[in-house]
Amino acid sequence: MLNGIWAGMLLIGIVFAALHGTLDQVGQGLLDGTGEAVTLAISMVGVMGLWCGLMEIARQSGLLQALNKMCRPLIRWLYPHIHKDDPVQELIATNMVANLLGLGNAATPAGLHAMKELERLEEQRRGAKTEREDARPVPKGVASNEMCTLLVLNISSLQLLPVTMIAYRSQYGSVDPTSIVGPAIVATAISTAVAVVFCKIMQRRKKR
Amino acid sequence: MDTFVNFLSGLFIPLLVFYIVGFGLLMKCPVFDAFTDGAKDGFHVAVSILPTLIGLIAGVRVLRASGFLDWLAGLLPRGVLPVPLVPVILMRPFSSSAATGLALDIFKEYGPDSYLGRAASILLSCTETVFYTMSLYFVTVKVTKTRWTMAGAMLATAAGVAASLWLA
Repeated sequence: MLNGIWAGMLLIGIVFAALHGTLDQVGQGLLDGTGEAVTLAISMVGVMGLWCGLMEIARQSGLLQALNKMCRPLIRWLYPHIHKDDPVQELIATNMVANLLGLGNAATPAGLHAMKELERLEEQRRGAKTEREDARPVPKGVASNEMCTLLVLNISSLQLLPVTMIAYRSQYGSVDPTSIVGPAIVATAISTAVAVVFCKIMQRRKKR
Repeated sequence: MDTFVNFLSGLFIPLLVFYIVGFGLLMKCPVFDAFTDGAKDGFHVAVSILPTLIGLIAGVRVLRASGFLDWLAGLLPRGVLPVPLVPVILMRPFSSSAATGLALDIFKEYGPDSYLGRAASILLSCTETVFYTMSLYFVTVKVTKTRWTMAGAMLATAAGVAASLWLA
């Protein structure tokens, strides 16, 4: 996807500049941009180092695992048709906690693994007959309620602390780079609340 | 509401650090060794995004310098959304880094503490790359009919955008 977007930016920009006689500024802009990127990445080393260091303490001291456990009742409520001993809950919890803490590198593998386990769960349901209208399995190649919920919650963004955004803001001379932390948490809570309500409503609807 | 939000901004990071380090000590974890171990990963993360940043900042700079972004802003209808934010909002569901590049352009043009700068910061913090995430997750399990995922994802994103404009 990025291939097209990036090429589009450059080509549209250059053609537009040629038509409007701004080609010199474009050349200058290209060079300025690269310098800016390097300064930015260097300033990121500090913030990312601090954050990853703290997260390593959280991991080694068992804090992440404790958070996983705390998520369980919430997950049982969000995914009511998963059996309470099913191992997929662990994966969903890991994905959720990693998203909350902004650990994208840990969230994605856990999320993808959870998707595979949800597919296995759906396969089991296809084998078993059920009378319940809301627990009937979906055919192969169709997203189950659990899959939809996992995706919508992931996309609603759960991240509490926008670490990279703070670094960018401070690099561009913000007087108070962390002043967006509160608004970002509230905005994330709003988008996630909307996602949760939507999922709960859709889970109750009959499947096709 | 405002006081609560500011309170959260000021205290969240110190409290989080206190809690993580305190919990680590309580669990008899070698906190400083763990910290330096993890910080090394942070270094790699920062270095590994450099190629992406170079490419995208250069790309956005070309759009800006050519006058294209201003021309685009002139085309857009006024009133509903602040015009400079529109490219960021439109790009957000497709590419996180391209949207970040556009947000950095807003920081440069209007300042990170301006209304637009704050709105862009919050916006990128409370939304996700809808299409990328969906294709990655669903391809893994070979699902092609995604039922209500797209509607939910777009609704959550719209709520995030509205919240950012309100809270900025």
